[in-house]
Parts: sequence; structure tokens; C-alpha cells
Amino acid sequence: MNDNEHNHILAILDKGMRLDGRKPLDYRKPITIQRGFTSTAEGSAKVTIGETEVLVGVKLDLGKPFPDTPDEGAIMVGAELLPLSNPEFELGPPGIQAIELARIVDRGIRESKMIGLNKLSVKSGEQCWVVSIDICTLNDAGNLIDASALGAVAALQEAKFPALKDGKVDYQDKTGKKLPLACMPVTVNVCKIGNHFIVDPSTEEERNIDARLAVVSLEDGQLCALQKGGDAPLTPEDINKMIALAMEKAKEQRTYLKH
Amino acid sequence: MTEWLVKEKEIVVPGEKLVTGMDALPGIGTYREGDSIYAGRLGLTYLDGRTIKLIPLSGRYSPKKDDVIVGKVFNIGMYGWNIDTNSAYPAVLNLKEASADFIPKGADLTRYYSIGDYLVCQVFNVTSQKLIDVSMRGPGLVKLTGGRVIAVSPQKVPRIIGKQGSMVMLLKQASSCLITVGQNGLVWIKGEPSMEFLVERAIRMIEEQSHISGLTEAVSAFLEAETGKKLA
Repeated sequence: MNDNEHNHILAILDKGMRLDGRKPLDYRKPITIQRGFTSTAEGSAKVTIGETEVLVGVKLDLGKPFPDTPDEGAIMVGAELLPLSNPEFELGPPGIQAIELARIVDRGIRESKMIGLNKLSVKSGEQCWVVSIDICTLNDAGNLIDASALGAVAALQEAKFPALKDGKVDYQDKTGKKLPLACMPVTVNVCKIGNHFIVDPSTEEERNIDARLAVVSLEDGQLCALQKGGDAPLTPEDINKMIALAMEKAKEQRTYLKH
Repeated sequence: MTEWLVKEKEIVVPGEKLVTGMDALPGIGTYREGDSIYAGRLGLTYLDGRTIKLIPLSGRYSPKKDDVIVGKVFNIGMYGWNIDTNSAYPAVLNLKEASADFIPKGADLTRYYSIGDYLVCQVFNVTSQKLIDVSMRGPGLVKLTGGRVIAVSPQKVPRIIGKQGSMVMLLKQASSCLITVGQNGLVWIKGEPSMEFLVERAIRMIEEQSHISGLTEAVSAFLEAETGKKLA
């Protein structure tokens, strides 16, 4: 962490502003979701938040259910931080950042019970649908968490089952049947710098945050998942405040997901 | 026979044939192969008598003697500091060039400049192997505290500075910010937060519209509209 940059960001925040002229609780504009971006995936979405761009694809495949849940399908989330999206990302096995990103998105979808897993069973104990969600970063200008989570939900809304023929999947033959989705979880990553809370951090801000809390919530205000990051500790008051902020900002994001 | 394949101020891409024949001479940004001259980079052609030159439109900074640059300390060694110059090559700031004061043997060098600090420094030597020496001894060469550093295309730096510094003067006048433009494409801005942001937007505008004539007037109008101040 560079003290100079950190102090400068703090000094500007003290005056209620951010480096790029936004207010502390403003998202970058425009936020766009381009659904059905790739034809080879069962569902896909390209999300942009300002200059940040993330592509999310959903694949549906047949697999064996887990022994403890013989009548349920499975979900898998993977994130790949492509080197073209940020000079600091490198090829190779996923690092800490990629794993954390995938887990935050995974937890949001899993704990919100968004996908009706019990409807994904094909044959009890033997065959079920496995939903793979893959996140590719196209450009990292900060806040990959919100963008990826938004993209994952949009791609799931879009996903359609391929046809089943003799116990095999025919990807050429697309049925119109959509995934059984119960709700719409929205992830908001609230960051703390000094005594200030901000959302949608830029690259410079991400480098200098003290702590962050990714909050996943539902429309009715139900809290689904939390993930804390950064070095500084958070007090219970901080956490309450951050959750309240995230719920407020989630409303805004939810308007982009409805279509 | 010499045949000129391009006109003055034409945009050319690397590898494009510019001239055939031995009468013409290859200038900056071009090279000769056989009896033809080709473009070495993306740029505007510029004819100077028999010589054909290119004014580059893109690319990284290439260090030149006497350039004043904004560099970032990335390492401290036994005899000085290593500076990131925003080019392909790092620079060395030697102890004896670091300050007008005497630095005693064994002194804690982080007390002068520590890792992450931005410095305004001057390139005083570049070897053919691109080993760069910079100095902090000279007027206006200081450590930068506070403010923000933004990166612009090094090719646009002359437009940001303007003729005899006219553009940068305009920016300073409108925003009351301290501004230092390094030849390497790093610009340091310090002032009121809203004004810093205004300068950043104005610089982005200059970068985008650098090829348009009457740019100073356009920037002046933009700044007047944003600040409500009348600029001379």
C-alpha cells in the first residue's frame, strides 16, 4: 500500500468526493448487461460497470449427484482473471484473488437458494444436472466482485436447458426450458477507507482500502452471505452500517436485472 | 528513380512503404530496406527536404537526455534509488545526485525518498544500452507529496504543455492546482478535489482531441464553462 495515495484518497473522501469525481456511494455509469453474449453457452451475460467488463457463461452438463444429496443437482463456480484484463494477472492456476471471487459468487447463489437444486435431478442417486458458472474478466478497472455476481445472476436467468437424448446431452438442440430460479440475489461490495464507506471501488481505491465486506441480499431484505476482506478489523457497528448500505445499493442493481 | 509514395502529414502504419529510391533519406521512426524506406511505427509523415520523418502517434516513452520526468521509487539500494520511469527501462538515482545536501555514509535513505514516492527528476545520462541516470539537483526537481498522478500518452505531452507552456498555464489558472507534466507521460496534480478532477478531465480532453486545431480555445471554453471563471 502506498501511503501517499492512501492519504490522498482519504483527504478527498473527507470532502465528500472520490478520485473520479463520484460521491462515496455512487456506482460508475453506465452499468450494462448484455444477455446471450455467446451462443455456445447455455446462458451468458456481459456486464460492464464503468470500464470494468466481465463475461459470465453458464454451462449445463450431466453428472453424478453427491452421495449426501442424491436428489439434487450441483453448482460450480469458476473465475478466471485473464492477463489481458489487468497487467498484474498472470496465466496459470487460479490464485487467491480468483478463488475468492469465485467463492463469493458461489456463496451468493448457493446460500440464497436461487437455483432449485431439487428440480435438477434426472435419476435419483445416478444422474443430475450440473450448473457450471464461469467468470472471465475482460477488463479490470475495479469492483470485479459486483460485476461478476451481477453477470452470474443475469446469465442464470438467461440459461436454457439443452435437450436430453438417450441419457446424453445434445447441445445443438436447445429446448426453451429455463432454469428453476427462486429469487434474485444481489451482491454489493462495501469498502472501508479510514472512516468512510464506499461502493464500487476503482483500481486505485481497491489498492488502498482498509477493509471490505461483500454483502449478498434478497429483495425482501433477507441477508444471504457475507465475505470480509482487507487487513483492518470491522466493529459490529461497522458491519451493521455496511449491510444497511449494501441493501440500499442492491435496490439500484436489481433494476438492471429485471427484464 | 525516387518515387514518393506518401504525402506530407499522412498517417502511416509500421511496415508501410514510404519511398522507393536512394535519393531520399530515412529519418526518425523510419528505416531503409533495400532501396525503399518503410515506416517503423504508427505516425504522421513529415517531409524535410530529402529526409522523411515520422511524428509518432502512439507508443511508450523513450528516455532522452535532459528530459524532466515524473518517476516513482521502486527500490532502494546501497548507493541510491531505483526509479520507475514509465518506460521499458528503470533509472538510477545516485546518492550524490539525490539532494543538494550532503548525505552522510550509512544514512537511512528512506528518510530522503522511500518506496512509492513520486519524484520530479531530470535525465542527465542515457547510455546506448538505455541505462538511465537521473538527478534531483536542479530547479524544480522535488519529491511530490499528496496530489494524484495520472498517466497520459507520452506522445501527447507536448500538447498538454502547449506552446511555451500555454496549455498548462491555462489549466493552472483555471483550477489553481499545482501541475507538473513529466516528459514520460506522468502528470502530477494537486489542489482542491473538484479542481483536480476538472484538470484530469481537461487533460483527457486534450489527449483525445490533440490533432484538432484550435484546441487551446476549446479547452479554454470547457474550463470557463466548468468553473464559471473568465480566463484571459
